[in-house]
Amino acid sequence: MDALGFTQILVTMIGRFWPVWIALALTFALSISFKRRLGLYGRLFDSPIGMTGFALVMFWVFTALFANIVATHDPLAQISGMKNALPGSPLKNPVEGIYAHYLLGGDNLARDVFSRMVVGARSVLTIAPAATAFAFMAGITLGLPAGYFGGRLDTGLSFVANLVLAFPVILMFYLLVTPEIRETGPLLLGWRASIPNVMAAILFAFPILFLCILWNARFFTTPARRNLYVGITLVLGLWIYAGLAFRADPFGLWIMEPNLLNVFVSVVFVNAPTVFRIVRGITMDLKSRDYVAAAQTRGEGPWYIMLWEVLPNARGPLIVDFCLRIGYTTILLGTLGFFGLGVSPESPDWGSTINAGRKLLSIFPVPALVPAVALMSLVLGLNLLADGLREESLKD
Amino acid sequence: MAKFLFRRLFTMIATALCLTFIVFYLTNLPPNLEKIAKSEAGSRISDAEVESWLQKNGYAQPLLGRYGEWLGVLPGWTATAADGKVTGRCIARGADPAAAPRFCGVLQGNWGWSNVFKEPVSQIIATRLSLTGWLMLSVMALMVPVALLIGVLAGMREGSKLDRTLSTFSIATTATPEYVSGVLFITIFASSMTGLKWFKGSATSAMDDITFENFFLPVLTIALYGIGYIARMTRASMTEVMTAQYIRTALLKGVSFRQVVLRHALRNALIAPFTVIMLQFPWLLNGVVIVETLFNYKGFGWTLVQAAGNNDIDLLLGCSVVAVAVVLITQLISDIGYAWLNPRIRLS
Repeated sequence: MDALGFTQILVTMIGRFWPVWIALALTFALSISFKRRLGLYGRLFDSPIGMTGFALVMFWVFTALFANIVATHDPLAQISGMKNALPGSPLKNPVEGIYAHYLLGGDNLARDVFSRMVVGARSVLTIAPAATAFAFMAGITLGLPAGYFGGRLDTGLSFVANLVLAFPVILMFYLLVTPEIRETGPLLLGWRASIPNVMAAILFAFPILFLCILWNARFFTTPARRNLYVGITLVLGLWIYAGLAFRADPFGLWIMEPNLLNVFVSVVFVNAPTVFRIVRGITMDLKSRDYVAAAQTRGEGPWYIMLWEVLPNARGPLIVDFCLRIGYTTILLGTLGFFGLGVSPESPDWGSTINAGRKLLSIFPVPALVPAVALMSLVLGLNLLADGLREESLKD
Repeated sequence: MAKFLFRRLFTMIATALCLTFIVFYLTNLPPNLEKIAKSEAGSRISDAEVESWLQKNGYAQPLLGRYGEWLGVLPGWTATAADGKVTGRCIARGADPAAAPRFCGVLQGNWGWSNVFKEPVSQIIATRLSLTGWLMLSVMALMVPVALLIGVLAGMREGSKLDRTLSTFSIATTATPEYVSGVLFITIFASSMTGLKWFKGSATSAMDDITFENFFLPVLTIALYGIGYIARMTRASMTEVMTAQYIRTALLKGVSFRQVVLRHALRNALIAPFTVIMLQFPWLLNGVVIVETLFNYKGFGWTLVQAAGNNDIDLLLGCSVVAVAVVLITQLISDIGYAWLNPRIRLS
């Protein structure tokens, strides 16, 4: 079988992404036809920049979803004779049922670069948004009272936040994401109180805390409803919490590899103080508004005002920052992978793949180039999306 | 002003102490100490021997005490062996114990000994830091003018075609982390794939002799990521200034657009970016670590990676002191400079 030419590779690759194109077309067709009824999301389709960004982001989201259909090979399978193969190379010994070409060549362990890029999207797009969401939960839960009450609480929390921000990120990763750190700490009932585990136990508790306060502040006048919401939150939340932070999920559904937990917690920890500062700043600005004064006069409690008056009015900048921060988290995860501190050596995530490919960069650049371009396009998409959202939300 | 400075200084010192203590704690975790004992005294020694080695070398004391010794506020440990020989933190091998100083820590200028490079830490950091200094200087010399120019041109006429183009460019650069742009640049300009080979893919030779060929790619890689951010800040501040009353008045009076931008708008528009540029320094550190690793330029960032990867406690502590100092000093300068440039801000 012959090697594929440049155009053939391009056409075949575009063809492999068929489920992604269909999904993208459907999303855009539906969104544009109903855009007047979709609020801020609908108005995104008025701005070309926002639309481009959204298309790029959704391309990767759908790629992650349909990774099994798009990928041509198993991302971990090594096929003999394909080490550092050039893009479009045919397999040395074609076997029935295995795709006959390495579309973007092979890496230094003879794995398919294209499939690794596609499957890598999945790991990147699960970890980055999840870590950002946890950072936001922690940042909001602490930033609101710090900005609203001020005083000692604010001074203390701000000092800690600045402490974390003054820490050089790479140094922090090198200190936190090591195998040794996981083995240090007293054993409590079979759970090791190592630094990442303790940090996970604290950081993962914030969403539950946040939701409970949220429901309680709103519905404490109707206890039946309050109890229902808080109950559902506690049951679901504690179930997931036990699984993720303590590896104690009785059904084994929620579980995180210790390595992944370590990376995840460090990324959340780095991002949370910035979110805290943003939320604190917005709260300090908004708390002098008339609607806050009105709520205070009505006799509403401080948590109701923070969560149901201040927070909804702060959503614009927060949504924009959320998009930007997912991009930043993706970059951070890539940095971790680049220094070999990532999830696991053979994981197809983009940072680790760039790290593996950079040793032969000037001779076989493709294995590092492909994930690099993928990462860049995703982050670019997120930044453009944030820019479009900001522009549209300012139009009010 | 004096009160503000005093408070800032106090917070700075508290932050520095907290951060160095955290690094000290994390580098001195029991498994790390065990590794040191094994690498110094042989990898096959038993747990009891590890214990006694740690005891003999002053690692067995409480953490806070050792932190004080490292800092130089507590007297260094001394131990008397069975044969009457006195060893201690401050006693150099073969030196007279009686003549040794009592305190020897960072404050006394004793930064410790690197296990990996077999050199005093202060010496390593001095040489590596000067190498990185050149890199930083070149980055700043490229990044700041380009970023300000882009920001001012984009913010001059908001919404124009030039603005759209330059803003998209700045967004694109902020979306390209150093390890991505570095890989792209090496592939395009230094690999056999495109065959351009204009620049070198490694900056090792730049440590002795900086040339355009071996130094431009690393500098460009770091600068590019920062350009977008500074440019966007400059653009935001420029657009704000351009809508101000005095600019409109000047334009209506018939002053040329060129003159208005250069004489009236520019000075006010550059106050905000100043803070951003100062705060870029610590963040450049990240880029420096990545780029020095990628281009194999053995400066401060490369040393930090080596120290962290090889569990070289003293060197890692030294590196973190430098890194933390850079962050805190730039924060202070940016605060003071901002207040100094902008008379509307009152410090209190």
